[in-house]
Amino acid sequence: MTERNRLEAGGRIDRSHPLEFRFDGRSLTGYRGDTLASALLANGVHLVGRSFKYHRPRGVLGIGAEEPNALVQVARGAQTEPNVRATQLMLYEGLEASSQNRWPSLAVDLGGLADLASSWMPAGFYYKTFMWPARLWPFYERAIRRMAGLGRAPAAADPDDYDHMHAHCDVLVVGAGAAGLAAALAAARCGARVILADDQSEAGGQLLGERYEIGGRSALAWVSGAMAELRAMSEVRVLQRTTITGHYDHGYLIGCQVFREPGQPDPVGVPRQRLWKIRARRTVIAAGSIERPLVFPDNDRPGIMLAFAARAYCNRYGVRSGSRVVVVTACDDAYRTALDLAAAGVGIAAVVDLRPSGSGHLPRQVRARGIEVLIGQRIVGVRGRARVEALRTQSSAGGAIREIACDLVAMSAGWIPSVHLFSQARGELQFDERLGVFVPLGRLENVVCVGAARGTASLRGALQDGFFAGQVAAQACGLAGREEAQDIATVEPEEAPLDWRGIFGAASLGGRQFVDFQNDVTVDDVRLAVREGYDAPEHLKRYTTAGMGVDQGRTGNINVLALLAEARAEAMTTIAPTTFRPPYQALSFGAIAGALVGPLHAPTRKTPMHDWHAGRGAVFENVGQWKRPRHYPSAGETLQAAVDRECLAVRRGVAIADVSTLGNIDVQGPDAEAFIDRIYCTRMSALGIGRCRYGLMLRQDGMIFDDGIAARLGEQHYLVSTTTAGAASVFAWMEEWLQTEWPDLRVYCTSVTEHYAQIALSGPRSLELLGPLVDIELDAMPFMSMREARVAGVPARVFRLSYTGGPGFEIAVPAGRAYELWTTLFGAGERFGIIAYGTEAMHVLRAERGFIMVGHETDGSVTPGDLGFEGRLAMDKPFIGKRSLRRADLLRLDRKRLVGLLTQAPDCVLPEGAQLLDEPIDSPQSAAPVAMIGHVTSSYFSAHCARSIALGLVRGGQARLGDTLYAWVDGRAIEVTVTAPRFLDAAGKYAYG
Amino acid sequence: MSGERTAIVERGSRTSIVVRGDARDVRFVRAMAAATGLEPPVAPGTTAHHLLDAVLWLGPDEWLVVSETQPGHALASRMQQALQGLHAAVIDVSDARVVYAVTGAHARDVLAKGCALDLHPRAFSLGQCASSLLAEVPVLIHQRSAEPCFELYVARSVGEYVRAWLRAAVREHLHASGGSSP
Repeated sequence: MTERNRLEAGGRIDRSHPLEFRFDGRSLTGYRGDTLASALLANGVHLVGRSFKYHRPRGVLGIGAEEPNALVQVARGAQTEPNVRATQLMLYEGLEASSQNRWPSLAVDLGGLADLASSWMPAGFYYKTFMWPARLWPFYERAIRRMAGLGRAPAAADPDDYDHMHAHCDVLVVGAGAAGLAAALAAARCGARVILADDQSEAGGQLLGERYEIGGRSALAWVSGAMAELRAMSEVRVLQRTTITGHYDHGYLIGCQVFREPGQPDPVGVPRQRLWKIRARRTVIAAGSIERPLVFPDNDRPGIMLAFAARAYCNRYGVRSGSRVVVVTACDDAYRTALDLAAAGVGIAAVVDLRPSGSGHLPRQVRARGIEVLIGQRIVGVRGRARVEALRTQSSAGGAIREIACDLVAMSAGWIPSVHLFSQARGELQFDERLGVFVPLGRLENVVCVGAARGTASLRGALQDGFFAGQVAAQACGLAGREEAQDIATVEPEEAPLDWRGIFGAASLGGRQFVDFQNDVTVDDVRLAVREGYDAPEHLKRYTTAGMGVDQGRTGNINVLALLAEARAEAMTTIAPTTFRPPYQALSFGAIAGALVGPLHAPTRKTPMHDWHAGRGAVFENVGQWKRPRHYPSAGETLQAAVDRECLAVRRGVAIADVSTLGNIDVQGPDAEAFIDRIYCTRMSALGIGRCRYGLMLRQDGMIFDDGIAARLGEQHYLVSTTTAGAASVFAWMEEWLQTEWPDLRVYCTSVTEHYAQIALSGPRSLELLGPLVDIELDAMPFMSMREARVAGVPARVFRLSYTGGPGFEIAVPAGRAYELWTTLFGAGERFGIIAYGTEAMHVLRAERGFIMVGHETDGSVTPGDLGFEGRLAMDKPFIGKRSLRRADLLRLDRKRLVGLLTQAPDCVLPEGAQLLDEPIDSPQSAAPVAMIGHVTSSYFSAHCARSIALGLVRGGQARLGDTLYAWVDGRAIEVTVTAPRFLDAAGKYAYG
Repeated sequence: MSGERTAIVERGSRTSIVVRGDARDVRFVRAMAAATGLEPPVAPGTTAHHLLDAVLWLGPDEWLVVSETQPGHALASRMQQALQGLHAAVIDVSDARVVYAVTGAHARDVLAKGCALDLHPRAFSLGQCASSLLAEVPVLIHQRSAEPCFELYVARSVGEYVRAWLRAAVREHLHASGGSSP
């Protein structure tokens, strides 16, 4: 099919590269360099979507990021993306796009019935209608949610790659239009590190759509010269198709670069999108401006377009958006549309000027071409539904209505500076009477707006702005600028001022006059909201939803605010626009996540023996970032069966465990003894060299923070072990105290967790196994002691201690030799029937013995006394938390206290966290509220005890041994007996008591 | 900048000794020089090096002595002896870290995907070092040569993760450069 609205020549498209694409199933063609919007217009497709609330037919309004109507669903399956602006989507071969928010089709949309009912659906309709009865809201909500939203989110995981990139520069220039290019050139010529970020596929900004001249040649020739110069400079980085979307404090900005469109095949192995995290010493915002629409009845009909967009589709893409055009304007600039389109051979029916006179240079040029110019008009409406057919206008003084047949209306009410990024960083805005819009007030520290983004209307002014700002920015970074002042000749006729007040001339006519196209907000909605008291910009916005669509009201907000001022009968200067917040343009979740998805989602820490564990079928659990073997099931074995087998091996024979993840901190210095005593509530200074002791660390409030073993390596040298999860926080805690509270203590703390790997050999036969492999007398080692030794030739620290409550050793070796030692020990243990055991068995074994686990028996509100450790507190020395332990509340006898809990049925394992009650209750419905007097903290089936065991915290527990309590589990009360917190083995003895 | 192919090289573990001490104490500086042949640098983020040995600044009173020629225990005990009697600490952590080198024309771009530091020659010169994060992993970065070559010291336990991350980050530079992306 031929593109009936494509001009014979012209535009920046590559006519040697035709592309096929599909829109709503129709096969169409375009060219490389087209956007979807320009290609659709070339094919005569104006109707591209349905509006959100009333499902009104809508066409392309703009040409870039401002587009409120032409939102499409692109690609299929997992790659599909909703709400893509057709004006920014670069055409590619095989692109598939479809319109949104219509059923069954774009042309026949049953949702359009909402349009007929619109008089019953004013602003606040949902708030007013679905208030009553309140209990029906869940039903309403379900129905409303089905109707809400425009496109469809993909159902499957995104198969594309994304990444992040940090970048630093002296000067960041946002926007590669005339002002941005000038700023980048000036800064770069001074030697600055420059990043030039631009959201379009090529540099030039608005110049791409104009027929301007700079320095006596075409403006685009100047652009390519500037780009060639910039690209040749090694300190300049040009980022095309990169939208700077967030501007934060201290020169931090984020931008999203698009390499491939949704569904576009990947030929080069680059990500689909890249999120840039830019730290700029100076920022020059040259983001340009957005054209302001006019407000008149049915101003949303397809075929009504912004005036610049109409000429830019012609100049840049070689597309005539209509064959009989009416230009409607409140400023001189839109006369260019008539001139440019006429030059391309497009018929111009008339220029309709809302101002009382039109005598400037541009109107004269238009008249000279024989085009009719009507002045002092107001637009009373249009004819045509799916496409505009005629414009209806009359003199603002009244009189006959004239109908001008047309198929394109190009409208303009001047330009709105893109102050979004300036405002995001808390730049203040002020109303400019002349331009009728908000412009930046002054400058922010290190941030300046230039060109159209600050309201500079002329090209020459934009260039001057840019050159000056770029040079100043570079100089502020300490770079000596030798750039001479730039004054580039441009051909710009004097323009008569905009009459922004006149654009509401027709507002009194009533009818459906849209101010927010995407969210279907009309002039009447704004007035109604003000009558109902929502007369502050923030309230008005939320009540009417004006500016809350995915286009964020880029075209409509200014008209909403002007109407608000009018309705309040106040000057615009009294209106404060709502604050712009990031993101300027929506970011995909893929771009936010970057490369950190799947296996890279979060860092994973593995011990040197990890591969051995994996090879033996270990099931891993996450402990912080560590992967720890939880258990090693044999084929078909359940968790419980594996844990039983591992526990019994520890109790009866020998088993091996990887405890490398425990934190290890080397503490040394002349004051190490004093320091370690203050860190633990237990006395560590009494330790002899080569001896170890279990200790608790408390916070200032006296609550247990971490626990572990401290070993004395020398007179002034300790090794502190921590829990796996607590390693980093204990180390930071120790440093904090040393640096902020006790700088007088001469102590150095160094984390050695990663240097050592640690192996636990547990069980009655561990001595037999290890004895022949070491060069020291193990028998001579007392319990809780440490010796330097060689184990199977590997230099090691051998600890005689165990967390499982039975005989055992722990061996610490440099991590690089741990795998070798592990396999040696395992090999040597085979004749003793050695097996590996995991963290689950470790938990059961320590619970049998009543050893606490931080995070199970403690929760940040548990003191040493609560766990029965009063005897180990050294209250005659200073330590962190000591004073708090004397608080009356911490001395109460009815505090929750650690006890053992046994169920009647030996195979009944209580769930951890179950609440404990004094009295049984039959059913939750019949019972009066009962006091919860405690809870289960750890609970397991113990193969060694041949029954279930549990630990719990029970109010006044120390006085309740032998009492019967009730655990509330799944709606029934289970009888439990309170015991001491250590358990008898099957033979009736305390398990290694 | 050379057009050298961008590559990730695994350099395994390396003799690394943490030294704590007071660089204002001339006895400490002399003892360090005697034991390692290098004086501890005092400016933040700087290093001193001699052939294949180097001292990396980690903090106002903390350095990492690294060597590709001497075993850790020998170097550590020589340093311990030299520093005897001073309030100083010498801790052998040779097995704590593994080293990756990122080299070639796009080395900075590869690192910039996960590291917020400015590694541009104007901000991070040859021989400089810095502790930072690379893709959420603590990392010590040392620019070994102007090639450029950046060495990354990361905890042994996250070595595999960092390797996988680096492989993903370098992937686009292994294709013939298209010239469109920076």
